[in-house]
Amino acid sequence: MLYREAGDFKTSYQADSQTFPIAFDRWRYWAVLVIAFCVVPFFVNAYWANAILVPFLIYAIAAIGLNILTGYCGQVSLGTGGFMAVGAYACYKLMTSFPDVSIVIHIILAGGITAAVGATFGLPSLRIKGFYLAVATLAAQFFLVWMFNKVAWFYNYSASGQITAPERFVAGVAVTGPNTAPWAQYMICLVFLTVCALIARNLTRGTIGRSWMAIRDMDIAAEIIGVNPLKAKLTAFAVSSFFIGISGALFFAVYLGAVEVGEAFGIQKSFLVLFMIIIGGLGSLFGSFAGAAFLVLLPVALKVIGVDVLGWPTDLVAHLQLVIVGGLIMFFLIKEPHGLAQLWRLAKEKLRLWPFPY
Amino acid sequence: MKMKTLAAMALAGSMAAGTAMADLVIPDLSYRTGPYAAGGTPFSDGYQDYFALLNARDGGIGGEAVRVIECETAYNTERGVECYEATKGEGALIYQPLSTGITYQLIPRATADNIPLHTMGYGRTSAANGEVFNWVFNYPANYWDAASVAVNYLLDENGGSLDGKTIALVYHNSAYGKEPIRTLEELSAMHGFTLTQLAVDHPGQEQKSQWLQIRRERPDYVLMWGWGVMNQVAVQEAANIGFPMENFIGNWWAGAEHDVTPAGMAANGYKSLNMNPVIDYPVLAEIQSLVHDAGNAAGDGSHLGSVLYVRGMYAAMLAAEAIAKAQEIHGVANVTPAMVRDGMEALEITNARMTELGMEGIGPEFAVTCQNHGGAGQGLVQQWNASSGVWEPLTGFISPDASVIAPLVAEDSAAFAAESGITPGCL
Repeated sequence: MLYREAGDFKTSYQADSQTFPIAFDRWRYWAVLVIAFCVVPFFVNAYWANAILVPFLIYAIAAIGLNILTGYCGQVSLGTGGFMAVGAYACYKLMTSFPDVSIVIHIILAGGITAAVGATFGLPSLRIKGFYLAVATLAAQFFLVWMFNKVAWFYNYSASGQITAPERFVAGVAVTGPNTAPWAQYMICLVFLTVCALIARNLTRGTIGRSWMAIRDMDIAAEIIGVNPLKAKLTAFAVSSFFIGISGALFFAVYLGAVEVGEAFGIQKSFLVLFMIIIGGLGSLFGSFAGAAFLVLLPVALKVIGVDVLGWPTDLVAHLQLVIVGGLIMFFLIKEPHGLAQLWRLAKEKLRLWPFPY
Repeated sequence: MKMKTLAAMALAGSMAAGTAMADLVIPDLSYRTGPYAAGGTPFSDGYQDYFALLNARDGGIGGEAVRVIECETAYNTERGVECYEATKGEGALIYQPLSTGITYQLIPRATADNIPLHTMGYGRTSAANGEVFNWVFNYPANYWDAASVAVNYLLDENGGSLDGKTIALVYHNSAYGKEPIRTLEELSAMHGFTLTQLAVDHPGQEQKSQWLQIRRERPDYVLMWGWGVMNQVAVQEAANIGFPMENFIGNWWAGAEHDVTPAGMAANGYKSLNMNPVIDYPVLAEIQSLVHDAGNAAGDGSHLGSVLYVRGMYAAMLAAEAIAKAQEIHGVANVTPAMVRDGMEALEITNARMTELGMEGIGPEFAVTCQNHGGAGQGLVQQWNASSGVWEPLTGFISPDASVIAPLVAEDSAAFAAESGITPGCL
């Protein structure tokens, strides 16, 4: 009843092509933003920030990035972990080389550096596709991790090869380092996620996004109607890597504070982000959020239920967790290949017709 | 987003249900799953069983019952952070993560939250400088001590000179494995041996190329900084290329029963360092009768008396002694994390006390001071006897070369202090 177009008159072209054509969606969108910005920061504690909210926000940025490349432009990538590592190490080098510059600028620059690296590794995509491209990006993953382990300059020659984020401030509030308040950690990630999501949404609705989707759906046809594959594919790699670089920088500087490349940005990270967009939904921004939330929350929820509520041994719960996550991935691939975003879409369609479905 | 908020609220409700009681809370950040479970499981069993013994025999420490909270990390830093945040609110007194990666995460966090961290024989070596790392302790020994002990042992074997010898270091390509390199480089310049570095990537199942290189270069000795599945593979690979086992020395995390048994008789003669010789301690019989026979064993109870079980028990004993010391200093039974830190800094382990605890000879005597959080740094060399299936101690406790390690600790901790804006000093 509430959820329908009827009565919501659009009187300008701008209003007609807005992101949320239904009034209820617009209200919901603003409500989520108000809760996220004005309510959650006052209630968040260290456990919630470190175990759930901050990883969710950071993985959502990474999932948006990978979704642009894989979901919108159809280029499969297994190099996400490596590109996150580029973002993290770029951020570290900038933080330690230019301590007086704001961390926000460093994170954005880290995204820019990752974009350049991503575009370079995207060059083979002009010649190879599908599985072959996946293997080429896999090579990027292994090469980058190897390089950050091998070249001591990247970790400032520290004995252990670890990089540690020094304390940095935004408007006088610490956002990195051990003395960061949970709300500050949460807010900086939230601001970056909001801006990234807005940019991604507007890019995918415009010319660039349409050329990506044309390449995804049929590259030869797209080329015939005048889409430049070089430009489309390389911009997809660059934009995708930009977001992934930002998420890597936040992951290192704000979330963990100290990382070791092989452990934090290994191949598992690439798969994790790929699972997020597969479970969430390829080619959907909502899917990036849903997938990230699902894979961050599920292990914590299973642990709380298994260990804290039911009192099972921790190793049993940890093993069950692997079984359940694996089972759910198979379930989704069979029952809903378009992911959680498709369920959401179907729910919205049904709501529009409610209470008289046909 | 909305769904998530709802789920989050539901979770918050269930979290609040398990409220803390007034007792001594010891979190056990264990790992019983993943490629490092073989080492994590016995250590955690030993750690928990010792506290269970204290509860059963003495009613806890100083009359306060001990409550151990186990949290599975799978040796993963993200889950380690989650475990830390989940348990610190319960009043955690001391953390022992048994992972160098997680230790690096926890050093700044625990320092900011004023909770002591005990990283026994692992973690950040320069934390031995207690003036910079007020809340971090790595007694009784650390990686640089281990490197020096191994080299001292080899010097002893070779009549005091390693000139012209080659030593290959096979290491886990992580913070853990890289830690000894700086010391070994220093020692190689000092004693004139050539050091070859061979990195093995996580989790360590792929070592063919490293061992082919060893076969080609034929180093005189191979040192190994390995953990988890990497150790078993390395011992097997060494046997495959026919490397003489008595010239292959692992560090103290590469010398447990499960590391050598898969290779069978081929592992006979493999040596490793150890900080706790495995002998028939009287305390093990007490654990058997009071904990295992009462049905309170941690895990499946099959690890009693193994190398890493004994080390976990040793770690628990050091923690319990520090808590007892804190109770003595502050005169209260229900101590806070800050008091436990004071207890750790005043800790003194003597042979008489170890004998009293039924653990005669489990470790070296040492006393902790504000300047030295690293203990005595001694280790011994043990050798695997495959036919009888026991680790036989070859030497007594060997001291490291303090003249090499002390300047390195001072240099690295000074760099950390400068980087993080710490003014060194005692609390």
